[in-house]
Amino acid sequence: MLKVLRDLLRYNREFLFGTLLIGIIIALVIASFFSPYDELTTYAVIPDMPPGGEYWLGTNSRGQDMFWQLAASMRNTLMFGLVVAIISRVIAIVVGLVSGYVGGKTDQIIMAFNDTLGALPNIPILLLLVFVMRDQMTWGVLALTAAMLGWTHDSRLIRSVALSLRTREFTRHAAFSGMRTGQVLFREHLPYVMPIVFFTTMNNLIWAIGLEVTLSILGFSDINRPTIGGMIYWANAHSAMVAGIWWWIAVPMLAVVILFLGLFLLAMSVNEYIDPRSRLARMGA
Amino acid sequence: MTLAMTNERSVAQAADVLTIKDLKAYYINDLFGVRREVRAVDDISLTVRRNEIYGIAGESSSGKTSLIKTIAGAIRPPMRVVGGEVRFDFGGKHIDVYAEPGKMKAARWQNLSYIMQGSMSVLNPVRRIKHAFNNFAFRHMGLDRTAFRARVESHLQRLGLDPNVLEAFPHQLSGGMRQRVTIALATVCEPEFIIADEPTTALDVLVQQDVLGLIKEVQERLGSSVVFVTHDMSVHAAITDRLAIMYAGRLAEEGPTQAMFDTPQHPYTAHLIASLPRIGDTATRKSLAGKPPSLANPPTGCRFHPRCPIAIDRCSREVPDMLPSAIGGRVACFRAGEVSVK
Amino acid sequence: MTMLLELDHVTKRYPVGGLFSRQSITAVSDVSFALDAGRPEIFAIVGESGSGKSTMAKMVLGNEVPDGGRLVFDGVDIATIRGRDAREAFMAKVQPVFQNPFEAFNPLTPVDAYLFATAHRFCGANDQASKEGLTDRALQRVGLSLAEIKGRFSHELSGGQLQRVAVARALIPAPKLIVADEPVSMVDASLRMSIVNLFRALRDELKVSIIYITHDLATAYYISDRVIIMRSGEVVESGDARAVLDNPRNAYSIALKNAVLPPDPKAAAAAIRDRRILNRADAGAA
Repeated sequence: MLKVLRDLLRYNREFLFGTLLIGIIIALVIASFFSPYDELTTYAVIPDMPPGGEYWLGTNSRGQDMFWQLAASMRNTLMFGLVVAIISRVIAIVVGLVSGYVGGKTDQIIMAFNDTLGALPNIPILLLLVFVMRDQMTWGVLALTAAMLGWTHDSRLIRSVALSLRTREFTRHAAFSGMRTGQVLFREHLPYVMPIVFFTTMNNLIWAIGLEVTLSILGFSDINRPTIGGMIYWANAHSAMVAGIWWWIAVPMLAVVILFLGLFLLAMSVNEYIDPRSRLARMGA
Repeated sequence: MTLAMTNERSVAQAADVLTIKDLKAYYINDLFGVRREVRAVDDISLTVRRNEIYGIAGESSSGKTSLIKTIAGAIRPPMRVVGGEVRFDFGGKHIDVYAEPGKMKAARWQNLSYIMQGSMSVLNPVRRIKHAFNNFAFRHMGLDRTAFRARVESHLQRLGLDPNVLEAFPHQLSGGMRQRVTIALATVCEPEFIIADEPTTALDVLVQQDVLGLIKEVQERLGSSVVFVTHDMSVHAAITDRLAIMYAGRLAEEGPTQAMFDTPQHPYTAHLIASLPRIGDTATRKSLAGKPPSLANPPTGCRFHPRCPIAIDRCSREVPDMLPSAIGGRVACFRAGEVSVK
Repeated sequence: MTMLLELDHVTKRYPVGGLFSRQSITAVSDVSFALDAGRPEIFAIVGESGSGKSTMAKMVLGNEVPDGGRLVFDGVDIATIRGRDAREAFMAKVQPVFQNPFEAFNPLTPVDAYLFATAHRFCGANDQASKEGLTDRALQRVGLSLAEIKGRFSHELSGGQLQRVAVARALIPAPKLIVADEPVSMVDASLRMSIVNLFRALRDELKVSIIYITHDLATAYYISDRVIIMRSGEVVESGDARAVLDNPRNAYSIALKNAVLPPDPKAAAAAIRDRRILNRADAGAA
């Protein structure tokens, strides 16, 4: 594992830049645990200070230090994105591999369900949920719901690969070697879908964070809990652009750009590394 | 002007259409710090004469496919020509493939064409056959549409094909018929040089002879040279005039086909011929021990020595040169001619 | 006389066309033959592509169910085998060897994984030592050893070695029948005969029956005891391999035999020359 990281850092420029960008984000997240202020407290510092020596990223109209707000927001937003991505990845892999491998009627039924779910509009469903749940709506419930909505497209992609793997001779060979379905799926087939999994994880992470930002900007989430979208929501609520407090908007936006770019670069380079063809070439096939 | 023309014609009569000298083409891979060098074509010299079928035989990873790709100027990274040269002489038009890539491009289809293993790589499954002819050959013929169509139809007829196939879709034809169409396609410009890469491997045995017969017939009529690549020694026996045996990126032996089957000089050739099963003979056939060497890490000395039944000490230390053999060819073996088929 | 395998008027059709189409093509039509349990043999099924020979292999292996007739293996109708335990019990007795060894082993899985899995499932080997013991014994039978292939990936071995590993794997459960579908067509010429000779040794020494499916009459002649020649799903000729291939009677069998190129330049070139005259006659007639 360490060797893999070292190789990637040394030979792949995208990975290096991606690591640097994500490194900034991770540093922020770690910093959030050492914040001198409680993230929910308002008017802890002088409001509306521009970025400078004392307050690196300035302060906002609610009297919060932007740097520490950003750190806490990034932690929360990233947490949300990761939870969504991981849960939906697990579902997508299991559904895609099983559906493709078993085939026939089972495949048709699973895919019919899959496509129905995929056709549902995401934002209205989440809004509906917010209205129904009202005060019980926590970020955890939101994450779980987003995860349930976010796997259908990717499971279809994985299934298409699994369908072609099913007809490969090594799959039959594995069956006659007494390997059972689970073994065939997770030992023999999983490596072939990993590039898809990694790539869609990145997409999914970005989608989930985008979703969180959208809902927060609209005010449909727990607005007191600092998130990237929440920061923009409060900035808008205080008409930050009109008031000339540009950094209130610029800071979260810049952070999102850094995060997305870093994820994209990492996904690209890791993808190249785990692609079966590239793997085989390194193994000397 | 006339004088220049005569001069060109006399140059055109030179015996060799293709000359390869000390050719080296390697796959060089550099992936995440793992550098691998695969010597697919390692120091090969050979010539192909006008009006002959020159066979190249070899097993998988012997480098035969890399060799013909290099000949055709069709290599792309990670493969690279590391040394040596490939020269064509098309009726007085000289082309050094790796010094003048532009010239090579112009010569494709007109002077040089291919017959490939899978006909589907040439024929678009959703377009009619005539589309392939228009696509590949029209530009090179310098004819107007009607004359071109007439030319294609008469060419098909000469090859025993109904001109109506032009209106057919590839899937409407049988595998053997498709391969005959690709042969017609490759020869309609009457090229001087044809590369045939395993053209019969994917075919059923019943049509194999038809396709081989057709290639032979076209070759004789056009007086072209054909480089015929296959791993199947019986096919070489049927169609080639001269034969080269490749082993691990090098030539092991080259010579007239009949003489090589009668008295192979290299022990590897002898083995390939002796191991062929034939109907009416159940005598036990032996296999060579060991496995074909890795081209990334070939054995020292003669690359065949770890599997050779008559290897001596010297074989593991020195690389044998390709020297004239007793049967009018060349062979790279210190003990050439010491193993017989029988 | 007990039968190891008995095919009784076996027919297999595949539907073609759309959902509501009733058309079908007959891949295998009314095939009957039997392998004697007491007398192991190499039984060759010879045919070109589309002859139904691969469908036959799939049916014998239980991967396809016939539409008509019965396949009875060891007293059990293969079509009635249901459920995992019954299926695994069947697989312990009938094992396949596939055509392309580079396809039969997952390039990302070490080849020994297939052997260990087989030893574990069919021989009840649970610890590493007994798995390795069974695997090594099977590999020794095919002229290899565990030390040579342990932890190796398919690209590190030659086609011939891989095919021998595949045969060794099939041998681990001590099967009664091996179904080999074109097992040497993708193996290099210098290694091909080692695989073919191996089948002979398995029949003679381990008393395993082998169904050898091939398009190559020369190797069929070389190793098989009995042969059936198939064309478009039907058996056109069958009998003792030497007798049938020395003196084929059916027009198709004769054509198939004549299509085999002799490994001798003079005779082979003559065969092609004959064909060219035929071609010209065809063209003239048309």
